Amino acid sequence: MIRRTVCAAGRALSASRRCFSGEGVPVDVPEGAAGPPHIAKEASLYVHWPYCLKRCSYCNFNKYIPKESNDHIMTTCLQRETETLLQLSQVSRITSVFFGGGTPSLAPPSTIAAVLKIISKHVNLPDDAEVTLEVNPTPAGMSKLKDYCRAGVSRFSIGVQSLQDEDLKNLGRDHSSHDALQTIEEARRLCPGRVSVDIIFGRPRQTVESWERELSELLRVCDDHVSLYQLTLERGTQLFKQVQSGRVTVPAEDVMAQMYQHARETLQQHGFLQYEVSNFAKHNSVSHHNMSYWKGRQYIGVGPGAHGRFVPLGEDGVLREARTQTLEPDVWIYEVQKRGHGTRRRIQLGYLELLEEVLVMGMRMTRGIYHKHWELFSPHVGLHEAFGASVEVQDLLQSGKLILDDRGLRCSWEGLALLDSILPALLVELERQILPRLSDGRITKTSNPH
Amino acid sequence: MHQISAKHGTNVEQVLQAVVNRIPPPVASTNDPFKALVFDSNFDHYRGVVANIAVFGGRIKKGDKIVSAHLNKTYEVNELGLLRPDEHPTQKLFAGQVGYIIAGMKDVKEAQIGDTLYLKEQPVEALPGFKPAKAMVFAGMYPMDQSEYPSLRSAIERLTLNDSSVTVQRDSSLALGAGWRLGFLGLLHMEVFNQRLEQEYNASVIVTAPTVPCKAVLSSAKLIKQHGSEEITIVNPAQFPDRSVVSEYLEPMVLGTILAPDTFIGKIMSLCSSRRAVQKNLVYIDDQRVMMKYLFPLNEIVVDFYDLLKSLSSGYASFDYENAGFQTADLIKMDILLNGRPVEELTTIVHRDRAYSTGKAMCERLKDSIPRQMFEIAVQAAIGNKVIARETIKAYRKDVLAKCYGGDITRKLKLLKKQAEGKKKMRRIGNVDVPKDAFISVLKRKDK
Repeated sequence: MIRRTVCAAGRALSASRRCFSGEGVPVDVPEGAAGPPHIAKEASLYVHWPYCLKRCSYCNFNKYIPKESNDHIMTTCLQRETETLLQLSQVSRITSVFFGGGTPSLAPPSTIAAVLKIISKHVNLPDDAEVTLEVNPTPAGMSKLKDYCRAGVSRFSIGVQSLQDEDLKNLGRDHSSHDALQTIEEARRLCPGRVSVDIIFGRPRQTVESWERELSELLRVCDDHVSLYQLTLERGTQLFKQVQSGRVTVPAEDVMAQMYQHARETLQQHGFLQYEVSNFAKHNSVSHHNMSYWKGRQYIGVGPGAHGRFVPLGEDGVLREARTQTLEPDVWIYEVQKRGHGTRRRIQLGYLELLEEVLVMGMRMTRGIYHKHWELFSPHVGLHEAFGASVEVQDLLQSGKLILDDRGLRCSWEGLALLDSILPALLVELERQILPRLSDGRITKTSNPH
Repeated sequence: MHQISAKHGTNVEQVLQAVVNRIPPPVASTNDPFKALVFDSNFDHYRGVVANIAVFGGRIKKGDKIVSAHLNKTYEVNELGLLRPDEHPTQKLFAGQVGYIIAGMKDVKEAQIGDTLYLKEQPVEALPGFKPAKAMVFAGMYPMDQSEYPSLRSAIERLTLNDSSVTVQRDSSLALGAGWRLGFLGLLHMEVFNQRLEQEYNASVIVTAPTVPCKAVLSSAKLIKQHGSEEITIVNPAQFPDRSVVSEYLEPMVLGTILAPDTFIGKIMSLCSSRRAVQKNLVYIDDQRVMMKYLFPLNEIVVDFYDLLKSLSSGYASFDYENAGFQTADLIKMDILLNGRPVEELTTIVHRDRAYSTGKAMCERLKDSIPRQMFEIAVQAAIGNKVIARETIKAYRKDVLAKCYGGDITRKLKLLKKQAEGKKKMRRIGNVDVPKDAFISVLKRKDK
């Protein structure tokens, strides 16, 4: 049953241009069903729009300030690369699309429509597939929301970051908190229940009290999804240099921990379910696209610097590859024009490597890794066998940071905040269990689940 | 009185003349059976061991068969001569002369300092000789990484070839792996040795605080039988026998002689009294300088006493010490605990008066070198069940990457794998991961 929202209706209008790949009406295969969920046959698609008008002081994403408008050629190339990679991946279905960047809300809505069109042309893109667009909440961005909806966007992710104008300025943002609030409102009107808000804590001069107040304010106006990020100092950013030189200070580690805990509790009190380290949703409005990352599904990355994970055509259909597209837009454009895609790096993921990714990503979800899920990637060595023997894991289970039961392996509330301290122990144990089995032939080296 | 200066070369000739005139000639007869004292030896790569001898009786020539009283081994004299100061080969050496001989010895240990040499056909009573050079200062030496063990071993072997006064014992530390406990004649000796290791042999070495061997007088008949004697020497803290089976513990003492300008008397006396020393004598040797004799526990001076003495006296004080036997001491074994679990590698034998300061210092160093973990870590120094010092390493409450989407996983996994590798190298004590550096920082010499 297709949910009739303004956005879905908009996409249905252009449905005439789509075609199914001959499989009939798409069926959503539930988790843990008897048959294999066609992991190799589907993927999510990520599209990177690399341009920004300004550089935020903390950002280390692949972003560029364009000298002149490259919109048209960028769009063409995005379409071209999408086409090439879809064919290369041999998937028959795209489960979700995510437009990230840079600032995707600088792209013309026609770009979105064009990319969605090309996807539908080659594979099955269900009507209710989640199509997310990241939005920079400036008045300009806000004015385009309606058109984005018409173009096929079904979910907005708004980069609010902060509701304090002073902080927004210091972070190098080009909007005010008022702009943000208005954008949220408009987005909620267009896509009710499908709007996510990004917020950053641990900013310079922030205190636990000011954070508590800001969070309350946010909760009054936000929709059903919140992404909460601790400010991270990345080498090469302006903020990093400011902190290093002592011009700017960020809150101490223990204060950050307090802010995080407080936010988790507050969001929970307001009816949000934390489903991942930094992501909270009401009414089950999770980001399906991001979930597929954490569930170890295939994804295709299109655009400069985009990342992908899929089994490409030609590789005896067995090994998943980690792929990265060329970073620099101009170079990427050249490559796409020349050979259809701008893939810069391809690394085959071995059996153990893929398992490691499944582990590290899966543990970020509060639900953790289900046995059935793990089995898809490690049919011979279950979770109990893989991790149960380790003394350190036993300690973690005893101290209540980890849970290993008949559902699967996951972190407790407390454990999730300490995930990166727990993961090395799990990785050591996984290697210890898997490597001998690989070398004596008990496991054969196919990496993608069948 | 001659005024001399080695620096300017003043009156050096006069000194030599005075030595010739005033020092009585050696009392020895060439008619007596051959008898010589070995007073030094070194190793020549091509010719073997070169022994320096003082001939106290008889004569010796090339081809003679001589016997070492100490080892009862026979050698044939290949070469001999005088030292002027370079080797000056001759045909014979006579009573009263001092020179060198080369007699086919392969190891410097065969030419024991203090040994007596005599002709095979004419055995004599051994000369009183020297007391063997006893190592008084010990230091543990370990390679930075176990993979460097073989090259460090060969470096130590080569250095000790020409220095038979360094005692070498294989040792191993749980923390640092296989290494050695080296004994030196003094701190300076050790420092020079260490420097030579680093400079001449390119060895990077972890030098641990010297442990001074103490003794225990056992009271348990069973243990006495087991060890073969009532008095045992303890070098490794793990061997420290419990109070209940010991009638007394003994620590080595030295009689230290300090010569200094009298302006420093006060400071020197403070320094010495802070080292559990007992003053034995204080005399003026001229109108400005004093000679102070103190009885020190060796343990109190082996690390930094000399340096402190020098610096508080602007370099004017001199220090010398000699073995002064063993004395009863209130020694205890101090454990270091992490969350209640003892860290074997850090167990220390210490005098009760020093326990608190040593324990506290160790706890502080550990606190600074063990990274924070998911739970609180209690770092404690304990004597038996009693905790005497404590530091706490707070737990951190958050350690998780904020964003991890499709493009982030590669980098994150690389970092996590690196941490996993690092974790494998750490020592796990209970639930605490201790990096090797933490041991080094606690165990290494605490000077400078």
